[in-house]
Amino acid sequence: MADAPMPRTRAGLSAWWWRHQRALTPLILLAPGVLLFALFVLYPIAESIRLSLYDWDGVAPKVWVGLANFTELFGDPVFYTALANNLCWLAIFLLAPVFGLGLALFLNQNVRGIRAIRALFLMPFVISQVVIGLIFAWFLNADFGLLNDLLPRLGLSPVAPLDSGRWAIFAVILAGLWPQTAYCMVLYLTGLTGLRPELIDSARMDGAKGMNLLWHVVLPHLRPVTFIVAMVCVVSALRSFDLVMIMTAGGPYNSTMVLGYYMYEQTFLSLRYGYGAAIATVLFALMGTCVGFFLWQLLRREQA
Amino acid sequence: MFPTPIAQVSSAARRTYRAALLVSLALWLLPLLGVALTSMRSIEDLNRGNFWGWPSEIKLVENYAAVFGDTRMAQFFLNSVLITLPAVAGAVALACMAGFALAKFRFRGNLALFIVFIAGNLVPFQILMIPVRNLALDLHFYDTRWALILFHAAFQIGFCTLFMRNFIKQLPDAMLDAARIEGLSELQVFWHVVLPLMRPAIAAIAALTFTFVWNDYFWSLVLVQSDDVRPLTAGIQSLRGMWLASWNLISAGSIVAALPPVLLFFLMQQHFIAGLTAGTEGD
Repeated sequence: MADAPMPRTRAGLSAWWWRHQRALTPLILLAPGVLLFALFVLYPIAESIRLSLYDWDGVAPKVWVGLANFTELFGDPVFYTALANNLCWLAIFLLAPVFGLGLALFLNQNVRGIRAIRALFLMPFVISQVVIGLIFAWFLNADFGLLNDLLPRLGLSPVAPLDSGRWAIFAVILAGLWPQTAYCMVLYLTGLTGLRPELIDSARMDGAKGMNLLWHVVLPHLRPVTFIVAMVCVVSALRSFDLVMIMTAGGPYNSTMVLGYYMYEQTFLSLRYGYGAAIATVLFALMGTCVGFFLWQLLRREQA
Repeated sequence: MFPTPIAQVSSAARRTYRAALLVSLALWLLPLLGVALTSMRSIEDLNRGNFWGWPSEIKLVENYAAVFGDTRMAQFFLNSVLITLPAVAGAVALACMAGFALAKFRFRGNLALFIVFIAGNLVPFQILMIPVRNLALDLHFYDTRWALILFHAAFQIGFCTLFMRNFIKQLPDAMLDAARIEGLSELQVFWHVVLPLMRPAIAAIAALTFTFVWNDYFWSLVLVQSDDVRPLTAGIQSLRGMWLASWNLISAGSIVAALPPVLLFFLMQQHFIAGLTAGTEGD
């Protein structure tokens, strides 16, 4: 149909182009994006997995070691600390949707100035994790932190969470939970405003209210939101790096190590590129499991 | 509407709600308020332990002047701008093109390609670290702004394409067909019909991508190392050693780093939130 009104007088290249432009246009439009994406995202994934089979200091020739990096990794206590911390991060980050929903319910009112207030609540999400990490590191600093300035005034004893092998990781995750909750809140707010009013009204007519209404009517209709929110939380929990780097650099005594930071440290500080690549490969496999599940669900929705 | 609109309940409850809003907002933003206040304190104030009270003297101008005057923050700021703007422009332009191709053309591998774009954007970026750095070294753009521009543009294409494709898919086919019958080629349809309609989508995705790229820290550690090209996020962390306990200066620097995305967010709030929440409207 596209070719029907074409002038018949075109010749040579131009005629050829007009005959094929419908098929060629998507190729031309996709090519630059796909090439750049392949070069900087797809190829590096494969190359990292390949590198994980070598011993390499980044300069000298690579030495093939097979699965030796992985064997070493699975006997490495720091790896297990990092893995446990990532899983802990993930578990705590799944509170973000709960808190986010709570905040969204709280803010889902039409009072004057509510839009500005919602925006202010979202602000932590817009700020760089570097700044968030700096703020929290200072807040929680044992000697001149704001928290320890405040606690004695309230009659509480001072604390030093970032110096504690037991509590430091929770302090770091807490800093991450702040912007994450803000993000979940805005997604839930959009979900709540998108709900059809008749739906709620008819449920109210049937006598549902409060938690009952939330649990049996509102939440089931927010499932697409919950799904995306949970996935985003999982992804950012596994990626975590910035806050650890800024707040603790993995310490004290590796207690706040996460996989993303451990691989950075092993690669650039210990110059063990192959070992670093092996850690990244494990992280990738972990994420692959989660993302695979996510895509499978998305595909089902796409085809439905 | 859920929960019950506050307008339908007693006026006492309404006043309580308003008060609760303000109190919770103040608590929520307490860390940021602390930083903003500290950025205008004198160092004597901090040494005296005056963290929460009103500053004994306002050193707003002095502190920010020190941040820009005594350090290379101005250079870092410029670097952030020179990295972020081209990266966003590149990612958005390429994503518009790819999004149109994926939304309105049937060809083998269309859905597969779409999935690759989504999945690629979700990978832990640590797995890209060593090869991308080697690529930058081999192609001689390591430690230049180009390293960050190219990488960010490439990495953000995934999310931008997902967004653009979904947006363009909603445009009616009949409109495109009408343009084709007028004799427009597919590229002309893209340029004259589709692109003008994409303005709100472009605004949303550009605002969002700007924030992601501006706030990046990981890649500014991996791909650059000299102060001449380093963006704000890495720059401010490197200044921490120099400033030590001068938290008033660190706070002022943090505010400088945080301000551009915050301003952009407040200026383009509707677009920004539309981009963030695309595809999550409840059913």
